[in-house]
Amino acid sequence: MELLKKYPKLFQWLFLLAVFFALCFAIDVPETYKFIRGQAEFVKDPNQSAFVFLGKEVRYYAFDVFWRLPPLLGWLPIWINDSLFFLMNDWMPMEFWNEDTQEYKTRPLVLQITRNLTAFMTFLIELIREILLGGLETIVAFTSWDWIDANPWAELPGLPWTIVAAGSAILAYKLGGKGLALYALLSMTYISIFGQWKPSMQTLSFILVAAPLSFIFGLGLGVAAYKSKRVEKALYPILLVMQTMPQYAVLVPALVLFGVGDHAAVIITMIVAVPPMILLTLLGLRAVPPEVIEAGRMSGCSNWQLMSKVLIPTARRDILIGVNQVIMVCFSMAVISAFIGAKGLGFNLLLALNQLNIGLALEAGLCISLIAILLDKMSLAWANKQVDYFGNLNFFQRNKNSLFFGVIVIVGILLAYFGSIYFKDGYNYLFEVPHNKGISTADFWNKGVDWIFDTFFVYIKAFNTWLIVDVLQPMRALYLRMPAVATLVLVVGAGYLIGGVRSALVVCGLTLFIALSPWWDRALVTTYMATFGVLVSCTIGFTVGTLCFQNKHSTNFMLNVCDIFQTFPSFVYLIPVMMLFGITDTSVLIAVIVYATIPATRYTIEGLRSVPAGLHDAATMSGVTKFQRLFKIEFPLAFPHMMLGLNQTIVFALFMVIIGAFIGTEDLGQYILKALSDKKGAGIGLTLGICVAFIGLIFDNLIRTWVGQRKKHLGID
Amino acid sequence: MSEPVIKCQSVYKIFGANAERMLKEANGNVDAKTFQENGCIVGVNNASFEVSKGEMLVVMGLSGSGKSTLLRCISRLTDATGGKIFIEGQDLLNLNNKELIDLRRNKMGMVFQSFALLPHKTVLENIAFPLQIKGIKTEDSINKAMDMVKLVGLDGRENYFPRELSGGQQQRVGIARSLAVEPDIWFLDEPFSALDPLIRKEMQDEFLRLQEKLQKTIMFITHDFDEALKLADRIAIMKDGIIEQLDTPANIVLNPATEYVRKFTEEVPREKVLLIKDVMDEITSDNMGDIKVSKDEIIENVAQKILTQEKTVAVTDGKNNIVGSINPAKIINTVFGERKNNH
Repeated sequence: MELLKKYPKLFQWLFLLAVFFALCFAIDVPETYKFIRGQAEFVKDPNQSAFVFLGKEVRYYAFDVFWRLPPLLGWLPIWINDSLFFLMNDWMPMEFWNEDTQEYKTRPLVLQITRNLTAFMTFLIELIREILLGGLETIVAFTSWDWIDANPWAELPGLPWTIVAAGSAILAYKLGGKGLALYALLSMTYISIFGQWKPSMQTLSFILVAAPLSFIFGLGLGVAAYKSKRVEKALYPILLVMQTMPQYAVLVPALVLFGVGDHAAVIITMIVAVPPMILLTLLGLRAVPPEVIEAGRMSGCSNWQLMSKVLIPTARRDILIGVNQVIMVCFSMAVISAFIGAKGLGFNLLLALNQLNIGLALEAGLCISLIAILLDKMSLAWANKQVDYFGNLNFFQRNKNSLFFGVIVIVGILLAYFGSIYFKDGYNYLFEVPHNKGISTADFWNKGVDWIFDTFFVYIKAFNTWLIVDVLQPMRALYLRMPAVATLVLVVGAGYLIGGVRSALVVCGLTLFIALSPWWDRALVTTYMATFGVLVSCTIGFTVGTLCFQNKHSTNFMLNVCDIFQTFPSFVYLIPVMMLFGITDTSVLIAVIVYATIPATRYTIEGLRSVPAGLHDAATMSGVTKFQRLFKIEFPLAFPHMMLGLNQTIVFALFMVIIGAFIGTEDLGQYILKALSDKKGAGIGLTLGICVAFIGLIFDNLIRTWVGQRKKHLGID
Repeated sequence: MSEPVIKCQSVYKIFGANAERMLKEANGNVDAKTFQENGCIVGVNNASFEVSKGEMLVVMGLSGSGKSTLLRCISRLTDATGGKIFIEGQDLLNLNNKELIDLRRNKMGMVFQSFALLPHKTVLENIAFPLQIKGIKTEDSINKAMDMVKLVGLDGRENYFPRELSGGQQQRVGIARSLAVEPDIWFLDEPFSALDPLIRKEMQDEFLRLQEKLQKTIMFITHDFDEALKLADRIAIMKDGIIEQLDTPANIVLNPATEYVRKFTEEVPREKVLLIKDVMDEITSDNMGDIKVSKDEIIENVAQKILTQEKTVAVTDGKNNIVGSINPAKIINTVFGERKNNH
């Protein structure tokens, strides 16, 4: 009784676990139960039950409701799909003027809007692409095909790679100095001589449209949300779901709305990249001290000046993190959107992975990462740039960069011209090194992979088998063995113990949605993989973070490593693991672990860093040892921040698990991938995406609530 | 007499949902307690006063007394709930947005407790900021800002960022920024409260030097009574949104209007605050010695001179006319004697 009074929470948790396990043991596995393929798939089978709702027939295998809930939401994907179809094809037909045929045509409104939108995006992408690579679409857009036939000279020739490389180096120098310029020059040259120029420029043109648009929309909506409570309230739930929604899942409905190609990819990228930008803008603006705003007002700022000259620059730090996120998402999407026909490095990467040509995949992946880091650093340098008012410069000094660029252009054109004479018969290497005609290290890597495989095959295989048979399979079986009711009790109970009735209701709603969807079993598999990944990631991340924190240099080093790793598009992580472990669950899980360890490590370090210095001194003066200080002072105080890291780790892990479907998993991701090639996949893809997002949100809600209370309790904020 | 630069008539600031309705119903008799029970908080309660050109009014009060709120009403960073405020005869509360911006761009400058510098701009850019907002050319604004940098003694640091400066230096930037547009009215909201005592004293002296030179109309907010005494032409002491007393430093020390004000004056070293003219007597027929003191001297500075005399000392004005007298007993009585209303 004494104990019970002393640790009431502990006993509540124990009681919850007891109820959970009692339920697990009390409810038997039904004899007819198999790992469900059928419950979700819309096949006809006489053993199925069926119900009709909203005119949609849902067929499913019925079990004891305690074991698995019937998929009462099974009509939702079909309904979403039909609604989308109706919107696109039948809703509000109107007369629209058609430029090409010079007549009015009847078209549904939504179709017309999306077509105009895509045409606009296509134009932007083509414009940049043709400046970089040459082409005639842009000229045609202003004139006509007939005109270009009559005037073939008007075709854009594209810039020689030497000019682009040197130009980016000059820009980098202007923004960030010598180091950045050198980096820009080296990476551009690398891309060129390794024969990745064309796909790289295709990807770049995609990014140069998607990233600025996402930035502008994100900033604009963030400002709107800051100014109006109503806008914020309307945006908030969407932002929340989008944060944990896997990028894959958005692809499918967008496919229906916008079709296939780069333009659709840009729109999807914006859908994914804008929410974090909004959130960070809002966060930054909120954190501007009121006195700074007053100072702006007293300086006589109009509302516009106050926003553009005081608020946004002062909130710069958070907004820059937003920009960084936007760039990350754009590159990540540059790969993923290859699934819906975007051209560029992503397409090559997927192709190479499909053919198991690890060497090629590695080269493409490296190029993406190089450009990603370059753009990230350049945007950062741009925002931090300073003006020198007192440099008494003459015309040449002031315009040296532009002048230099002019010289480069002339030299580049001359070089290309000489190249055309010198390389008379083959390719003009001074203009553009054609794809796969540059130096390639693919063979080297492939041989390396083969060697590793031959040499370590026994060990890798043994490890693989052990992991799958002794760890993963049993864990998966345990997850699937949970009756739905028991899971629900566990989650809702945890919600109640952590955050009271409100939290319990929220997580209950989220869990019920998943349980009532046709994919509960799949969701369990996704959760199991994510759990495994998160457990290992956190162990590694917390350990590495703590160890690195002991020394200032290693701390900074580790944070930099995290920065760089975070810039890699998520897909790139699949390359090395496939190299080592082939197409197995192990590969996916290792990719998950590597990817999810980044936030775990980063937040551990930042959490430990946030412990006030005064407390360190106080502790040292009380004569604690290093370990005592770590465990009695630093960990308890850093713990809330570290838990936010756990939150991010979960989101990262979920993303990677879903992407892992590309290698082959039997979870929600597999179905999302499947929905991509399904004509009626939009509804399924979206619902699946929401399911994954809700898994993330359940943990998000629990962790945030806990952290909030803990912080209040410790009096830190 | 010319028109006062700042004129407040029964200014109220009440926070809360039904503030305006409640103020109307209260009919000029605002009781903080009843308002609080109805979910309203009274920030400023019936403030009326005038500040004339070149005068420095120091508003003194502890935290939560409404002094900052009063200042924000007069700079219209927040809208007063009731009453009228006139800035050089213009009805402040009736200005539209554009007129208000114009007023701020040309007539007002403000210094903040936490400096409120823009973190992304250098010292120079911060000071030039109000000028650039006005639309002045970059080159002109930078030149003007450079003059300001010199005025506050920050030469050589103009390209530093605020985060690279000490608190005192940051506040010098804040002061320079508020003066860049050459405003007539200068608001200072606890400008020296965040500084170390030594720096604070240095900044106060610097501030007095500037004011001597610039002769602005000033509203200065502080919670430090000594600071108020040192700087003010007149002091307004606030408590719970009400101005308890508004008078010259000497009168406040000599004749505290309420018990609350008296508590502040108790510990004040009078010889450092009072001037001869505050305590001198009429011209007497007693024979006075040859020693004369000016009526504008602080007692402390001439006390020794007077106390070593046995006779009454003559007090003169600026033109050396005798305007009064003072004897050693009076000095001793003022400094050590019973204080008025004491127990």
